[in-house]
Amino acid sequence: MASNLPDIPSKDDNAIAAKGVWKVFHVGKRKVEALRDCSFDVKPGIVTGLIGPDGAGKTTFMRLCVGLLIPDEGSLSVLGLDPERDYLKIQSEIRYMPQRFGLYEDLTVQENLDLYSDLLGVPEEMRKERYDVLMSMTGLGPFTRRLAGRLSGGMKQKLGLACTLIKPPRLLILDEPTVGVDPVSRRELWHIVYSQVEREGMSVLLSTSYLDEAERCQEVILMHQGEVLGQGLPHEFSSKVKGHSFMLRVPGGEKRRLQQELSNRNQVADSLILGERIRLVMWDALKPKEVKDTLGLSDKIEVESVPPRFEDAFIWRLKKRLMEKGESVRFKIITHKRVKGKRDEPVIVVKDLKRRFGDFYAVGGISFEVKRGEIFGLLGANGAGKTTTFRMLCGLLPASEGTLLVAGKNLRKARAKARVRIGYMAQKFSLYEDLTVLQNLRFFSSAYGLYGKRQRERIDWALDAFELIGEVDTVSKNLPLGYKQRLALAAALMHEPEIIFLDEPTSGVDPLARRQFWAHINSLSESNVTIMVTTHFMEEAEYCDRIVIMKRGKILAHGTPEELKERYHPEGIKNPTMEDAFIALVESKGEVANE
Amino acid sequence: MNKKRMRLKGLIKKESLQIIRDPSSIGIAFLLPVVLLLIFGYGVSLDAEHVPIGIVIEKPGHLAMDFTGGFYNSEYFSPTVFSNIQEAEKALMKRRIMAICWIRSDFERRVLSTKDSPVGIIVNGVDANQAKIVTGYITGVWIKWLSQYARSKGLRLDAPVNVEQRIWFNAAVRSRNFLVPGLIAVIMTLIGGMLTSMVVAREWERGTMEALLVTPVRIKEVILGKIIPYFVLGMGGMAISVVIAIFIFHVPFRGSFLALTYASALFMLTAIFLGLLISTAAGSQFVAGQIAIVITFLPAFMLSGFVFDINSMPFPIQVITHIVAARYFVSILQSLFLVGNVWKIYIINCIWLMVMALLFFRIIRKKSHKRLA
Repeated sequence: MASNLPDIPSKDDNAIAAKGVWKVFHVGKRKVEALRDCSFDVKPGIVTGLIGPDGAGKTTFMRLCVGLLIPDEGSLSVLGLDPERDYLKIQSEIRYMPQRFGLYEDLTVQENLDLYSDLLGVPEEMRKERYDVLMSMTGLGPFTRRLAGRLSGGMKQKLGLACTLIKPPRLLILDEPTVGVDPVSRRELWHIVYSQVEREGMSVLLSTSYLDEAERCQEVILMHQGEVLGQGLPHEFSSKVKGHSFMLRVPGGEKRRLQQELSNRNQVADSLILGERIRLVMWDALKPKEVKDTLGLSDKIEVESVPPRFEDAFIWRLKKRLMEKGESVRFKIITHKRVKGKRDEPVIVVKDLKRRFGDFYAVGGISFEVKRGEIFGLLGANGAGKTTTFRMLCGLLPASEGTLLVAGKNLRKARAKARVRIGYMAQKFSLYEDLTVLQNLRFFSSAYGLYGKRQRERIDWALDAFELIGEVDTVSKNLPLGYKQRLALAAALMHEPEIIFLDEPTSGVDPLARRQFWAHINSLSESNVTIMVTTHFMEEAEYCDRIVIMKRGKILAHGTPEELKERYHPEGIKNPTMEDAFIALVESKGEVANE
Repeated sequence: MNKKRMRLKGLIKKESLQIIRDPSSIGIAFLLPVVLLLIFGYGVSLDAEHVPIGIVIEKPGHLAMDFTGGFYNSEYFSPTVFSNIQEAEKALMKRRIMAICWIRSDFERRVLSTKDSPVGIIVNGVDANQAKIVTGYITGVWIKWLSQYARSKGLRLDAPVNVEQRIWFNAAVRSRNFLVPGLIAVIMTLIGGMLTSMVVAREWERGTMEALLVTPVRIKEVILGKIIPYFVLGMGGMAISVVIAIFIFHVPFRGSFLALTYASALFMLTAIFLGLLISTAAGSQFVAGQIAIVITFLPAFMLSGFVFDINSMPFPIQVITHIVAARYFVSILQSLFLVGNVWKIYIINCIWLMVMALLFFRIIRKKSHKRLA
């Protein structure tokens, strides 16, 4: 067996070398090419990020590396070994943390650590010292006797990481370690990973679907739909689109209409609403003045050149690739019946709302108002009480205390009346997985009381507006994630509701699908539909008109994204993101983030 | 401690902690045997006792009274007397009585004159099994009375064969005595097959298996780490069942405890291997549970000879019973409890169990590997 000191690989040996790797799966009748001719090297002694949305092939690639799957074609070498033949050797040299931690939830923190020590063959006499280091690093010291299942999402991830680090491996492979974790814990996880790289000289391959995390890696490999889009240093990617990024300041409430219009202009690669401004990525490097001229913007609009972000580069590259293949990158705009009533009059009123489960207040007294046509965001990490609040607003869960008015109806009394006027899209897209697209639409429309000609009209509208025509007869569990999301939104809109509730609508979908989705949301808002959305994606908060930030059932802050960023402006950061503001906010409230 | 033993120890410790913390496994292993034993020990009985029976005596007389006295003295019947057949039929329809014994007005006259007097017997045949038993009992009472009557008159009864019953192995003819040993096989099937199949599926469902496979652990150790704790648990359930059978239900135990332990261990392994096999086929706990019920629990219940006699099943079904491991164990249990060490039965059935265990184990080894899908 290997000695206790890990061999430090020489700088020339790659941690992972992939050449022409293919992996194909069969899902129903559909053939999914999870990896298409992937070739790249992962360098030793640094943190390499495998960046891409869901379905990019990140998990498949990692499973190939650890010997859980075998490539259909191509060659793969991990620490100089062949994962197909020498998987046992590889498994004693590397550690892998799958997406769902791999923790035993009915064992305590300590018992999980003991199990992994036993499995990894750590001698008894070395354990105590190692445990102390790991527990102080993760801040889990006071919780060693707690069941892993009772830990918060962030703490679970830290424990999962601790379990893989009990015996420092030569190569650490982490599959989406930061997904669903609050920003503070996320920052801590990154800190732990880097401290291990420095102290133990290990190589790390880490995947993420958060594009902003790319900038924290020392090298990134960009993936999309099974293909490698590029590899390099994070700033190399961004610097390729230097001079392409701009910030537009739009006076008045015109930002949505303008953004919608700009998004389909030929010169524009990407446009996003960020608070009161619009972020623009042009196909070419331009001066602010030139942007104004080519787009014919009015003088009232201020244009400012900004440094490129990693996401700008990703979208730019991705769209370029799609256009070369001749695919359309334009966004479809949907039409919706204009909702009657004055804009800005309150349609949702929540006062001192509480929901108790036993002794535990999942929602502990919250108040806010949402105006007609507004996009209102409910922000917070997993377990903050967003979904509980949502279920009460939709009339799915009775409130324990407080006032709850939706579309002028008291939800605590007239639930059925209010429900006709709202649409709800549940987390993970509540579709009937075994029905086809058409059957799902038929079912949902009839559930909302549509029949005959009207029902056919609405179904035709949905198939056209959400570009589902080509997949009418596909069983929905076999649909790609982006299609499922569109179908779920269509289902929630069949009865033309006045208010629509979206629970984590974009989690896991790729950045282009996310943009298309928000384009739909914007056009709904233009038609006076009120939109309420939950998200743990800090950036998505910027697309909203107003947001509240929740933590442990309470509202920590509320206001427009602009106001919040101003109010909780962390020192020393020039253009703070929503995430910076969130961390500053949590810290200013003196909260212990990981409890 | 070498690394191999350390890994195995870790896995066994983990599994044991999970068993202790999971109320459902404790329930299946310890509570369920007790409940099932109580139900079958006290509630379900295949014996007909105190069967409500109607006796119609159209014309009371010395002989008729003498004959019907046999019913009153029997523990199998609780008779009610009716004066005419119509009333008795009504009672039968209303299910107040199971059967009617109809003694006509000319009974006494015909016995004395022609020595040939029919007795009408009407039995509710809805429950065929019960009806057969009741008919048999009534006939028994009749024959007994006839022979007594003949003897008292100094006559020889003109019966071609004289039945002299002697029941072996279960002298008291208590169904409990063969149900309870059989039930032990069912209980162990549940613990072995159901629990094991669900816990492996649970690891897949929760994603812990993926993490486990990518440690230096060998697949053999993963399998052993599952088998050992559930083997111990199953044998514990077995011990409880045997203690209850012997001390609460007073089922006789005539064989050797060593032979019982050995056969139980063998059967336990077969059940656990089958459970592991199911878990490799099922992706989720729910599916694993369903499959386990259909292919382990129900056959153990119906095709093992525990309740229904295998020899009276149609031939094709008899053939199928040969792939039900519980069948062999039920034979062993019933012979050890009621007869003693019948080595011929014991060895043949043990060999069958061993063959099945080895076969399952081979398939498991072939099917399990450190790969996904």
